[in-house]
This record gives sequence, structure tokens and C-alpha cells, in this order.
Amino acid sequence: MALITYREALRQALKEEMHRDKNVILLGEEVAQYNGAYKVSKGLLDEFGEERVIDTPITEEGFTGVAIGAAIAGMRPVVEWMTFNFSIQAMDQVFNNAAKMLYMSGGQVNIPIVFRGPNGPAEYLASQHSQALASVYAHFPGLKVVSPATPYDAKGLLKSAIRDDNPVVFMEAELMYAWEGDVPEEEYLIEIGKADLKKEGDDVSIITFGKPLKIVTEAAEILEKRGIHADILDLRSLRPLDEEAILKTVKKTNRAVIVDESWPVASMASYIGWFISHKAFDFLDAPVELVTSEDVPMPYNHTLELAAQPSVDKIVQAVQKVMYIGEA
Amino acid sequence: MADKLLMIALSPTMEKGTIHTWHVKEGETFSTGDILCDIETDKTTMEYESPEDATLLKILVEEGGQASVGDPIAIFGKKGEDISALLDEIKKEESSKADTKREEKEKESALEKKTDLDIEVKRPESQKAIQPDETTRIKASPLARKIAEERGINLSQLKGSGPQNRIVKRDVENYKPQEKSATTHAPYSEDSDQRIPLSEKRRIIAKRLSESKYSAPHFYLRVQVDMTRLMETRKRYHETHPDAKTSLNAWLIKLSSEALKKHPEVNSGWDTDALIRFGNVHIGLAVAQEDGLITPVVKSVEYKKIAQVDHELQELIEKAKNNKLSPEEYTGATFTISNLGAWGIEEFTAIINPPGSAILALGAIEKKPVVINDEIIIRPMMSMTLSCDHRVIDGATGADFMKTLKAYIEDPALALT
Repeated sequence: MALITYREALRQALKEEMHRDKNVILLGEEVAQYNGAYKVSKGLLDEFGEERVIDTPITEEGFTGVAIGAAIAGMRPVVEWMTFNFSIQAMDQVFNNAAKMLYMSGGQVNIPIVFRGPNGPAEYLASQHSQALASVYAHFPGLKVVSPATPYDAKGLLKSAIRDDNPVVFMEAELMYAWEGDVPEEEYLIEIGKADLKKEGDDVSIITFGKPLKIVTEAAEILEKRGIHADILDLRSLRPLDEEAILKTVKKTNRAVIVDESWPVASMASYIGWFISHKAFDFLDAPVELVTSEDVPMPYNHTLELAAQPSVDKIVQAVQKVMYIGEA
Repeated sequence: MADKLLMIALSPTMEKGTIHTWHVKEGETFSTGDILCDIETDKTTMEYESPEDATLLKILVEEGGQASVGDPIAIFGKKGEDISALLDEIKKEESSKADTKREEKEKESALEKKTDLDIEVKRPESQKAIQPDETTRIKASPLARKIAEERGINLSQLKGSGPQNRIVKRDVENYKPQEKSATTHAPYSEDSDQRIPLSEKRRIIAKRLSESKYSAPHFYLRVQVDMTRLMETRKRYHETHPDAKTSLNAWLIKLSSEALKKHPEVNSGWDTDALIRFGNVHIGLAVAQEDGLITPVVKSVEYKKIAQVDHELQELIEKAKNNKLSPEEYTGATFTISNLGAWGIEEFTAIINPPGSAILALGAIEKKPVVINDEIIIRPMMSMTLSCDHRVIDGATGADFMKTLKAYIEDPALALT
């Protein structure tokens, strides 16, 4: 085991897969000469050359489309979007070509491609650059969507994503790049579509994915001191969703809090909330609670910016609510 | 050959079109591709191009008139052609279309009526709207309800600790039935009561019998009958027909049917604004089941011999005991018999089984001293009690019927008269 950063875990995954398969290429803004806007691709240009690590112009729709074409031609491109906020420019390519080609070609043309980059709010980036778009991508049949929260999961899932024959949307987070975690020296893969129970407890299920796992873990520690033991289910994959794991934890604890840094309307959280009430209705002792970002564009004012997002305190409150503690 | 010019669909969603302008007049000739008329569709005004070279013989839909897609709007053909046959055909089509429409409407309304009835009968209680009375409704989480159901705990005995007094898991789990206190040795405790959810059958029995008892003013006529001769007759029949083994009920059903033929006013029903005099005698017999009772019906008893009545009765009873009766086999009784003789009941009164207006309750046959010609003689006697719906049957009418029935049972040969 080695303690490495999320950024390093991604780089290891890219490097290993590029060595393993010469068809794997990386393209995006500043990925080559500049070593990546967030230094994920540091050293890859030197190692693999400019034919496989390609700097692109600032035209998301253009280079995303080029990469999809390359995938049709037999390459396995990894597209780095500087952030998912910029991917909004490329959505037509992703939704109409990458997601649908296999279906519309009657199974003849598959698109083995990974779209990756930081998703969700960081700090001081204001409303246009602080968006969490997981549910937008997870909405489309034909895409796989993953959102790993730890270096270990990031490495194992990125390797699986590159080897997957379907388009995989891989969501990271700017703030997570520097977070550290243990990653084995030897090679491993994590299956797409499998959630991971990060902590076990019998009282309440806290379901989350991606960056908020950190505050969920902190909230669980506070709750632990108050005698409340939470299951923390890290979904890791949003599509396919590990429905079995969700039902297992909810049927055990009879109450669920879903933490999602997106807005509440038509979010992963609201979908999972429906799924639970639909499939585990008789197991619920309280209405499912959501902790999401507030339903507003992200404020620039830092105090408001923090207040608009899920927090440790909001999670603790929600857990107490589904446990019927502190109100009656 | 003259032909009809039909309204065509000029847009994918068009169902009807209005003729805006005719560009060709009656008697004028036109060629393929000429604009015959302008038609307003649901979206816009479109040009109707001619599909042929011909003469416009007759305009059927004038400017401003409307036609459905597929309807004729004009007739075209050769100049001077006779189009009367075609016009007749169009007329016929129109009237048959109107008929179909009317029939459909009637069917629809009949269907609606039927559906209403079905809903009334079939909708289980649980699907009825939740009572809006927020103060009496028990609020409980789905899990709490499930656990309470599994443990047989009545939620109304619990106090909820959740928001708005919602009963939650912990309330059910912490619930302990109240210990019987040491000082009061009550022989009765509510905790030992069981709540048995109603079966659909029990619900229907309760509904039908309550309706009958509450809406039909019952009165009762009781008479003792001497069963000597009927029993002898039945015995002789069995002696002469070694294979036959008819039940006494079959005989009583047949004799009742003969008496009802003589008193059709008893074989009648009530329908709010009319009395129904039933054209046939359908006699139901109450049959006990494990979870309720049912009255299979022997239809048109007046046309059947005792052996046939008996045969059908055995089949119906067998089906009744196995819950295999179809609805037409247990509905429509114009008269009903309930016999508790086998249980040793001396006499009882029964609740009328609609649509009939009378039910005959039969007790056990017991040897009793009776006075005949000033002598005390022992005879097998049976008590019969007729419950009548007074809206349909008056006292004397019912009494006449009972007199006849008593006479037939005491001397079955009279039933032939």
C-alpha cells in the first residue's frame, strides 16, 4: 500500500492503461505541454509522445467530436475536459453521438471512450463554474457514469472505464485532486456499477457519491459520538446504479439520508429517493431525507457559497430528523 | 364512370376539413394537378389538387361546409353522366353512419352504467379514499404498520412519538400489552380480543343481509306441519325406485314451487317503483360453508321433477361447499328455503334473500303429540316460518300461501290439483 493523492491515482491509471494498450490516447486542453490544468497528466507527454497525448484548441464540442470519431475508428480515447462546466459545450456530441451510436447502428458501432474531468463546485468560482452535473449525464441511456470519491476507487474505476467498450463519464473534483488515500502497489480493477459500503452501522443509511463522501464521513463521526451508527454507502457508479446495495442498507436501517451536491430537482438524490420509496416502502420508518445544494445558482460570496452546499451540520440534522430525534 | 371525390388528410393530424373555396364549378372540366378547392385544415389552408382529368358533376359540400377525412365532397366523371345511383349510395352511407354512432353511444352509456355497478360491488374497502378526518386517522410509518401487523398489535392502542404523533418503529417495538393488574381479576380483557379482517364474502353477506333487513319490513308467519304423509310418499318413491335417493329438501322445494304457482304474488320482488311478478320459480337453498353461507339456486323448479331438482341440488351443494359456484348459480332466487332441521333447531326466522320477497325457515322434524279428532296422537311435526317483505306481500296473502303449502306437505297428492 502507498499513500498517494487522487491526482496521482488517476495518473497511475492513465499511465498503466496507456502502456497496456497503444490505442489509448489522451486529449484535451493543456493536457500535454502544460502537464494538465490540474497536473493529472504530468509527464505523460514525455513518456508517450505527442501522438498519444494531444493538446487541443479551446473547442470542447470540436475535440470531443474528434475523439468520438477516433473511438469509432478503433482508438480508446480519454477526453479530459478542463471542467464539467465546459462540457456543456460538448453535450450534443456526448448525448447524440457517443450515447446513441451503438443503439442506432443496431449494435454495430460502439464507442470505447472516457470523458473525464473535475465536476461540482470548488471555491470562489461563481455560478457558471460551480455546477454539479451528475444527474444530467446519468439521465442519458447509453452512457455509464462514475464518480469515485477516493484515490483507490479513482484508480480502479478509471482503469475499468478505459477498458469498457461503452462511453464512460468519469467525474472527479478539483478539491479532491490533493486528497490522499491508500492505493495498492499491485494492479487492480473496480467493477463499474458496484457501490461500496464505506462504513457500517445499523441506525441510518447515508447514501452519497463523489466529493461529499468526505463531509458524510465527518458527520458520521459526530453521530457516532452521539450513539448513532450510520451505514455509509458510496455509490461510486451512478449508471448503472447499484440498486441491490441501496435496498440492502435501507432494509437494514429503515431510514435513509441521501447526500448529493447537485440541486435537488431531478437529481440523483431525488431519483434514489423515489427508488427507495418504491422498492422499500414497507421498510421505511421515516420519509427519505435529501441533503443537496440549495436550489439557487451558486453565489460568489464565500459565506453564501458554503451555505448553499451540503455541510456536515446539514447531514447531522437530516439524520436526526429521520431518526425522530430532537422533534416530535 | 362517375366517382366520389373524397376529403383527404392534408396534414398528418387532420381529421376534418372545411371547404374554403371551390375553384372549379359544377359542369366545368379539370385536369390532373389542377387546384379543385382550398381546404382549411386544423393547421392552415391547403390546396386540393386533382388526381384525374374529369368533369365536376356535383358539389356535395359547399363552401364553408365541413367534411371528415374520407367523406365525399363532390362527384366527378364524364360530362352528362347519370349520378343518381351514386347519390343514393352516399345517402345510405350517411344514414348507416348515423346509426352506428347512435349505437355506439348507447353501448357506451350502457357500459358506463354497468361499470358503475361493478365498482359499487367490487371495490374493496382498502381502496376507498382515506378519510379526510385528520384527527381520527392513525399516522404511522410504513415500517411501523408492517411490524404492528406482523405482531398483531392494534395501532390505535399506540401513542406515536414522531412528528404529528406519527407512530414509528420504536413505538411499536416498545409497546407492551398492559399487564393485568394484580388487584382486578377481570375475566375479560380487550387484549384477548382478536381482530379478524373481513373476507370479501363476509363483507358481502353483511352488506346484503343488512340491506335486506333494513330496507324490507319483515313479518313472520309460523305454522306446524304434519310430515307423516310426505315422509311416507318419499319412502314409497324410494322403494319403487331403488336407485333414487332424494333429499327431503328436494321435495320441499318442489312442493313450495307448486304452492308458489298457485300464489304468484308471493313469488314476487320489490323494485322501488314497481312490483316484479317473477315469471319463473327459482328457489334458493341456504347452504352453510366454513367461512359463511351461500344460497345456490335451482332454476325454474316448476318445470322440473323431484328427481331432477334433487340431482341439481346435490351438484349445487357440492359446488357451494368447494366455493365453485358461478354467480348465476347463486343469484336470482325468487324464493328461498333455509333448513336448520339438521342442527335440531325447532323453529327460527330467516332474513329475506333478495330479489325474492319471502324466505321459508324450516325447523327439525320432531315427534310431537297432536290432537286429531279429539285424540292425542304422536306425529312427526315440523315448524315452518315464512318471512315476508310487507312491501310486496300482505299478511293474508302470505297466510294463504302457507295454508296451501301446509296442505301440499300434509297431503302431497293435493299438489296435483
